[in-house]
Amino acid sequence: MSQDKPFIHPYIPNSAPGVKAEMLKECGVESVDEFFSDVPEELRLRGELQLPPPLPSEESLRRHLERILAKNRTCRENLSFLGGGCYQHQVPAVCDEINRRSEFLTAYAGEPYDDHGRFQALFETASLMGELLEMEMVNVPTYDGFQAAATAIRMAARMTGRPKALVARTVNPDKLSKIRDYALGAVEIMTIGFEGRTGELDLAELKKGLDQDTAAVYLDNPSFLGTIEGRGREIAEAAHRAGAEMVVGVDPTSLGVLTPPVRYGADIVCGDLQPLGMHLNFGGGQAGFIATRDEERYVMEYPSRLFGLAPTRVEGEYGFGDVAWERTSFALREKGREWVGTASALWGITAGVYLALMGPKGMAELGEGILQRSRYLALKLNQLAGVRAPALKGASFKEFVVDFRETGRRVAEINAELLERGIFGGLSLSPLFPELENCALYCVTEVHTQADLDGLAEALKEILG
Amino acid sequence: MRDITKERSENGRPVLRRFHQARWDEPIIFELHAPGERGIMVSRPEEGIREAAGDVLAGLPQGMRRENPPALPEIAQPRVLRHYLRLSQENLGADLNVDVGQGTCTMKYSPKVNDQLAASPKVAALHPLQPRETVQGMLEVIYRFEEILKEISGMDRFTFQPAAGSQAIWVNASIIRAFHAARGEGEQRQEMITTIFSHPSNAACAQTAGFKIITLYPDQDGYPDLEALKAAVGPRTAGIMMTNPEDTGIFNPKVTEFTRLVHEAGGLCSYDQANANGILGITRAREAGFDLCHFNLHKTFSTPHGCGGPGAGVCGVREDLAKFLPVPVVEFDGESYWLNHDLPLSIGKVRSFHGVAPVILKAYAWCRSLGARGLKEAAEVAVLNNNYLMKKMLRIKGCSAPFAPGRPRIEQVRYSWEKLFEETGVHSEELGLRAADYGVHYWTSHHPFIVPEPCTLEPTESYSKAELDEYLAIIEQVAREAYSDPELVKTAPHNSTVHTIDHEPLDDPKQWATTWRAYRRKVAGEGG
Repeated sequence: MSQDKPFIHPYIPNSAPGVKAEMLKECGVESVDEFFSDVPEELRLRGELQLPPPLPSEESLRRHLERILAKNRTCRENLSFLGGGCYQHQVPAVCDEINRRSEFLTAYAGEPYDDHGRFQALFETASLMGELLEMEMVNVPTYDGFQAAATAIRMAARMTGRPKALVARTVNPDKLSKIRDYALGAVEIMTIGFEGRTGELDLAELKKGLDQDTAAVYLDNPSFLGTIEGRGREIAEAAHRAGAEMVVGVDPTSLGVLTPPVRYGADIVCGDLQPLGMHLNFGGGQAGFIATRDEERYVMEYPSRLFGLAPTRVEGEYGFGDVAWERTSFALREKGREWVGTASALWGITAGVYLALMGPKGMAELGEGILQRSRYLALKLNQLAGVRAPALKGASFKEFVVDFRETGRRVAEINAELLERGIFGGLSLSPLFPELENCALYCVTEVHTQADLDGLAEALKEILG
Repeated sequence: MRDITKERSENGRPVLRRFHQARWDEPIIFELHAPGERGIMVSRPEEGIREAAGDVLAGLPQGMRRENPPALPEIAQPRVLRHYLRLSQENLGADLNVDVGQGTCTMKYSPKVNDQLAASPKVAALHPLQPRETVQGMLEVIYRFEEILKEISGMDRFTFQPAAGSQAIWVNASIIRAFHAARGEGEQRQEMITTIFSHPSNAACAQTAGFKIITLYPDQDGYPDLEALKAAVGPRTAGIMMTNPEDTGIFNPKVTEFTRLVHEAGGLCSYDQANANGILGITRAREAGFDLCHFNLHKTFSTPHGCGGPGAGVCGVREDLAKFLPVPVVEFDGESYWLNHDLPLSIGKVRSFHGVAPVILKAYAWCRSLGARGLKEAAEVAVLNNNYLMKKMLRIKGCSAPFAPGRPRIEQVRYSWEKLFEETGVHSEELGLRAADYGVHYWTSHHPFIVPEPCTLEPTESYSKAELDEYLAIIEQVAREAYSDPELVKTAPHNSTVHTIDHEPLDDPKQWATTWRAYRRKVAGEGG
């Protein structure tokens, strides 16, 4: 239409000139331009967009992208000890098989009739997470664990009508940044420090900060620094005495061995599903969950979709639908709770597949194996001259802080030398935590073998001399 | 012998399929539990590790060792696979149906080659915190894509962080908030203007960011009301967040008047381009006077919708607003790509890491396959398809297209079945459920229903004339049934996976159950 020579592309069936002419005739117009008659002339783009030439054959497109992507060096080609909120775990083949199915991959927002499968799968994910967390109300996933934390805090603020939240400084600094942006003007965010020796929350500071304005206490357990908070009950009791909600972010892979937060008094539990069957995806596999008790005052504060089980007019048939729809922004626009929209449903379905495959034994073995491997690596690294591992003396899960201060070498230099050996060293903590100057956060999961861990220790020994 | 091919078509019109959706009566996953079965094994640490580490569980802080294993089901791998495959068959993906019924969502074809490229370990096995020299390929994709999006929109900088369209709207609301705060006008400028035919998230995100919402309704001709805008703008105006064309498919011809008035009042103009499918290469955000915009990569830019994500919402801003963008942004120094965290006025992080990388890559690949002419062709054919569909929809008894009568539409139309409802008592939603019996999806509208008995169709460029005719034949059949046998329609679906759902428990706190655990306690009456 734009030019005389027809433009035929495999993605656009009606580009063929004959059918196009027939359809224009049916519409009673000479040219497609007539459909744009409401677009003022001065807004019409003259000439073509200045874009790189098209690559209409699949082969040319593949070539182009494969050449670019070849510059990436991956965590399968190298040995990675990076974590910090995105984790390298075993991804069962069945997880990929299911999330690549056209029926799930390309569906969107069908009714509970034409999309029964999506409703059931997401109900099951909520149910499986409900068992892992021992909580009865779980949402359809939001964008990521950051959003889940930020929303959980705003839910607590709405429930309590209070303007302040106390957030442990041992959360991911990026997550804290997200929470601050999201809470701005609605909830004042105050941080609570940690015990320098153990990494656990500074209880004295917490108790000082708690008052009648406190809507929520938020902490991650395990924390961003990998430490396990052992005084959850004490923290929850202090929060509850002040009338605040206890909100805990949790790594779901820890829950085969660690106590679910509800057992030590958490009211709202949240986190990220990425470790449950999603590839690293350069951080693109995140999906956030939020869970509470099944009480109306909590349920009515969720912004998310909530899929519930319901009977149909046929006996014994499972149907599904939206629970308490009249609280969402879809129903109420600005009068709804925050907003709801496209988020991370496919990853939500995948996490359900993962938990169904793992079962209770898989989750227990996963958790214990991670504890064993990270303990082993810490012991190994601690033997290196000048290295302290774990630098924080509390118990840890999956990640732990390694202190290189006494080695005389900077983390950045060490990591550069590790990279030469095909190893992605731990995340440098210097820019993030002033008190952990020249420390690094090392992450160990079930993908690491003894040879991997020994290899890292050997490499560090060489580098540190 | 009978020639069965002759029985399949009638007057050249496509025959309606004798569709029936899969019905597996699949149990809830917990009902598949068989004690002792395993779905997947986990690598056990080597003996050397186990010995050196000792009893790690005993080393956990008191009270932190899980006492009872989670009550997850135990199911062998092929049974898990079969369960989820059956559920997938009970789901009507866009690859399978003529998915023109999900208006506003641009259910276009998602090329398979892009899915394959994004599934490559070169993307899937990339950690977001890797050293920059090891992720040059991924950063290059983002950088190149930003250049393309700058040209498509006329904007100067983009962020790829938001995980979907509404989060992108949030980013734009947050930037507007930061912009006024930086000028010392944060306290004063607390009102955000939107239009009723913009996506609800424009109102909802701005409200979440602390703004008071002013909603404009259409004027007598069905266009966004300029006089209402004039009455709304003033010293309290923070900005306007609007879409164009609106959800009715009507392009606001006075859009530059809108942006001018808001600018004169000191506000910023944010353009919801979640669905820009009808105007790629036709008209741009910049020329219309917008300061910020966003695109949904899972709509206009073809990436699969994933049952509701992951998607991606990319925000573009004018140069002077770039300093407020979420960090990091991708830069190129002539030799290599790097992540710039140093934006002192940045609103901070909105989503973890760098956004949804596989989706970004798929959308970039789509743009590269089509090129400039292809993008415009996609827009033009999408608009042709839409106006063709409208022409024929309006011939169906009981159907109308309110607002701007007789005017063309851009990429979609919000129809009304008000007349059909008055004459038959059948609601639009019920027509949609009956359409499901013929193997297609059909959606009404966002709330509130300003258009009575609405339905919103958006054919995109991905369906052939024959497929559009097939969809039309289904809608025509369903509308005919509404007149001839309304009960048949009102009791639909009949050929779907399940039958009419009793919605009452879903709004009753005593009965609703979002987990099996809750269902067993509350409804099945088992101990908690």
